[in-house]
Amino acid sequence: MDFLRPATWQEALAAKAEHPSAVPIAGGTDVMVEINFDHRRPEYLMDLNRVAELQEWEVGEDTVTLGASVPYSRIMESLRAELPGLALAAHTVASPQIRNRGGVGGNLGTASPAGDAHPALLAGGGEVEAVSVRGTRMIPIDDFYLGVKRNALAPDELIRAVRLKKATGPQQFSKVGTRNAMVIAVCAFGIALHPDTRTVRTGIGSAAPTPIRATTAEEFLTAALEEGGFWDNGKAVPPAVARQFADLVAGAANPIDDVRGTASYRRHALAVMARRTLGWTWEQYRGKQQDERNQPCA
Amino acid sequence: MTAHRTRAATAPGRTPTSLTQGTQDGLTKGGIGESTLRPDGILKVTGEFAYSSDLWHEDMLWGYTLRSTVAHARIASIDTAEALATSGVYAVLTYDDLPTEVKHYGLEIRDTPVLAHGKVRHHGEPVALVAADHPETARRAAAKIRVVYEELPIVTDEASATGPDAVLVHEHRDDHHSGHVPHPNIVHRQPIVRGDAAAAAARADVIVTGDYVFGMQDQAFLGPESGLAVPAEDGGVDLYVATQWLHSDLRQIAPVLGLPEKKVRMTLSGVGGAFGGREDLSMQIHGCLLALRTGKPVKIVYNRFESFFGHVHRHPARLHYEHGATRDGRLTHVKCRIVLDGGAYASASPAVVGNAASLSIGPYVVEDVDIEAVALYTNNPPCGAMRGFGAVQACFAYEAQMDKVAAELGLDPVEFRQINAMEQGTVMPTGQVVDSPAPVAELLRRVKSRPLPPERQWETTEGADVRALPGGLSNTTHGEGVVRGVGYAVGIKNVGFSEGFDDYSTARVRMEVINGEPVATVHTAMAEVGQGGVTVHAQIARSELGVTQVTIQPADTQVGSAGSTSASRQTYMTGGAVKNTCEAVREKVLDIGRRKFGTYHPAWATAELLLEAGKVVTDGGEALADLADVLEGEAVELELEFRHRPTQAFDLRTGQGNGHVQYSFAAHRAVVEVDTELGLVKVVELACAQDVGKALNPLSVVGQIQGGTTQGLGVAVMEEIIVDPVTAKVRNPSFTDYLIPTILDTPTIPVDVLELADEHAPYGLRGIGEAPTLSSTPAVLAAIRQATGLELNRTPVRPEHLTGS
Repeated sequence: MDFLRPATWQEALAAKAEHPSAVPIAGGTDVMVEINFDHRRPEYLMDLNRVAELQEWEVGEDTVTLGASVPYSRIMESLRAELPGLALAAHTVASPQIRNRGGVGGNLGTASPAGDAHPALLAGGGEVEAVSVRGTRMIPIDDFYLGVKRNALAPDELIRAVRLKKATGPQQFSKVGTRNAMVIAVCAFGIALHPDTRTVRTGIGSAAPTPIRATTAEEFLTAALEEGGFWDNGKAVPPAVARQFADLVAGAANPIDDVRGTASYRRHALAVMARRTLGWTWEQYRGKQQDERNQPCA
Repeated sequence: MTAHRTRAATAPGRTPTSLTQGTQDGLTKGGIGESTLRPDGILKVTGEFAYSSDLWHEDMLWGYTLRSTVAHARIASIDTAEALATSGVYAVLTYDDLPTEVKHYGLEIRDTPVLAHGKVRHHGEPVALVAADHPETARRAAAKIRVVYEELPIVTDEASATGPDAVLVHEHRDDHHSGHVPHPNIVHRQPIVRGDAAAAAARADVIVTGDYVFGMQDQAFLGPESGLAVPAEDGGVDLYVATQWLHSDLRQIAPVLGLPEKKVRMTLSGVGGAFGGREDLSMQIHGCLLALRTGKPVKIVYNRFESFFGHVHRHPARLHYEHGATRDGRLTHVKCRIVLDGGAYASASPAVVGNAASLSIGPYVVEDVDIEAVALYTNNPPCGAMRGFGAVQACFAYEAQMDKVAAELGLDPVEFRQINAMEQGTVMPTGQVVDSPAPVAELLRRVKSRPLPPERQWETTEGADVRALPGGLSNTTHGEGVVRGVGYAVGIKNVGFSEGFDDYSTARVRMEVINGEPVATVHTAMAEVGQGGVTVHAQIARSELGVTQVTIQPADTQVGSAGSTSASRQTYMTGGAVKNTCEAVREKVLDIGRRKFGTYHPAWATAELLLEAGKVVTDGGEALADLADVLEGEAVELELEFRHRPTQAFDLRTGQGNGHVQYSFAAHRAVVEVDTELGLVKVVELACAQDVGKALNPLSVVGQIQGGTTQGLGVAVMEEIIVDPVTAKVRNPSFTDYLIPTILDTPTIPVDVLELADEHAPYGLRGIGEAPTLSSTPAVLAAIRQATGLELNRTPVRPEHLTGS
């Protein structure tokens, strides 16, 4: 196994073009496990830790550009307001030591359905900046996950960053594991309210071959909120609507029975998480609406 | 010091060193009853402590074990040519390379092949060994060994193992249990019949039955199996290894190597936990074989994945119980049948059966019992010793039963237990009289009378603190669906090796003057696996010999056996041996004193003399001489064996016999909060009360109780090795999917320590390590049952069991 250590992003791209089989490694939290278990023996391992810009982020007007290697602990600490769903998801990643090493680029590169970042990325919305010596492609997150541990990257491409929509409304992330910390997801759910577009987006983890959105559930809820004028009147979401939303989320999943849980439990848990997180986000949205109404010169 | 060891040409690195300890502040005596700190504690928390995986030797090779990929198969062929031809490979060994006629080992029954012969009986069985100059080379070479398996049908449970056409796991058994078992796939069967359970059942106002399932728990010690074998110039081998009982290993290793025991010199290396999982051999013989074959030091370290195949697990069990009681809350009878899955090899199964049977009804007075325990041979992973050893599985079931009977009678579950609680003088189902304190009702009273932790502790001014809620950091509830439950349990565990086993321990103690100060050196073969023997031995030496400085020598086989660090026995047994030897050393020291100074003071001849604070003193406190003067120019050294009271075998038909040495009792109250919609559990508090006889080191005692409690919690809510019922392959051999409690899963564990002396034991102490592991699990289950109203007859409880999905 050859170990490539590009000093700059340009060198990294050149190396990836020359050796498309090279596996990039940053925090190593997925790659090293696979190597240790002998599940993979890459011909080349490319260490991206010398490429400083991958560790940087930039908060713009409407988006956050998050370097692929920004560790989860930094997301938790510094981007809680801009990316609340991802910050909550980051909090559930493994242990503090791993949160100090791992970043979103690794989750995307591995594209495991169990990656904790995916439901938050899907719900928040954004694009993956895939770069090669040929140029830069912005891949919408919705189009990124192709199959079990397969993503839309070309062999010569590296993930430089993700460009994520700054939160315009409340977001939540919830994950079931059979331990209260440091646990891989049995299933996970992310939700983001987008008051600017009056839409709701969701993400489901560990309950289908890829991370997925529950689009039927989103459409149902978006329509129900619109019809009831809820975005404006700030009323509570009727329990029947929340229930139907939850059922549609469960219906969107395509889970399996495995050593971590049963398919039927996963569906059940997704419905519970969908109902609860909708409640939390909507209550937060209503609270903010009321605060704004109560301010005389708002 | 006397040099006992023939050293290899170059000394290995990171091998154990002596631990010399004074007292922390120079003011306290550091004797028994004080919470002196571990001599290796700072090394361990700073990462400096040398564990067996850190061993190193110049020019050493790395050993690797090829293991079976199927559970049951005939080995049609093994082709090692390509592996042997790999550059960097020094040796490849299979069964055919074993040097003597002894090709099997085992704790009680020698049924385990050193390397598979003709067939494999479980997933992960060792088939071949490779030694190479790099661990990766060894692993890759092993992957080139071509083993052709012809798969055989498997047996995985009682029905398949004892059915009419059952495949025999061992076809030609001739062990000492084979004659009395009802089927060759039953390792051992122990019935216990006392009184007349059928007649007693007729007197019962209520009869409650239940069927229970206990999942396969792993010891999950943090330091994986590892060791270093160094070939010696005399044709022998020096073996540095993490184990629980050096001399038991030695007895099994030497015949396979064809060496006399004195040529296999074993030294205990840093042990990263054991919990029973190091009672059986792992890499010991394999490392020695490779070292002797190559003439080079060989190190073997399992990784976590291999560790799941490298040691036995706790027996999974199916238990059927029938309890009867009268309206006034008195138990009339208990009938039970306990089926333990021993897996492919016997390991400690026979002794686990004896424990499960003899402790099957719990710490209660029941005169009429009909009990049967069996262990099966199956093609599942071998199971053997683990903390609690047969008593754990039974306690889970009988405590569930006690709650059911109490509910049936409309009685408070604690009160019902107290009505039936055993006490000193109670007769066990085996006919053995419990002849030391058995404060079962008092332990229950203590945990019950403790104030309950406040409700809704997750509520803060900034919203819900998810760390205090079920699901924890995963953010699954902010209080929705959360219901509290409280549950109680109490258990009984035997201490020491039972059923007539000649259980002894040896201690060598030396007393001398170094730099003008009297010092003691304690040398035993006790395996320090984290339990704190190295701390307690120094405390005992200080108390008995009046010294401050005590050196604990590394444990090795240059001193007599200390027995196993298991069965809650080491403080009793090796602690007892150290005490015993110290007393004899003291007499010798006093003899020297009398010889040197006897004429100066009449008290030398007339008074009871003690050694205190570096002096010989009378029982009236008068100092007669400095120990430094007494011992000047003379050293005293003795090596003595210590035995507990003899025990008897259980009758194979009736189970009668004084089988146990001592009993140990603990009670728990669990407070849990369950997210009833998601089936997630937060254990809020696990209060424990335990009688320890005498706390030699109170801090260590509390640590043991909290550790045992947590291990019991683990198997209540998460820990389980999942074996595929169709293939008998392990599905979750990793810490990703075999979950053990994190600190966030570990509740507050208030501990109430009773000290009621057992007059038969050294200092009146009671072995403590296992009892808290028993009652913790059923207390948590009882609390979850109360919160959910579900029956929950299996442990561990998984979310889908609580949500019906």
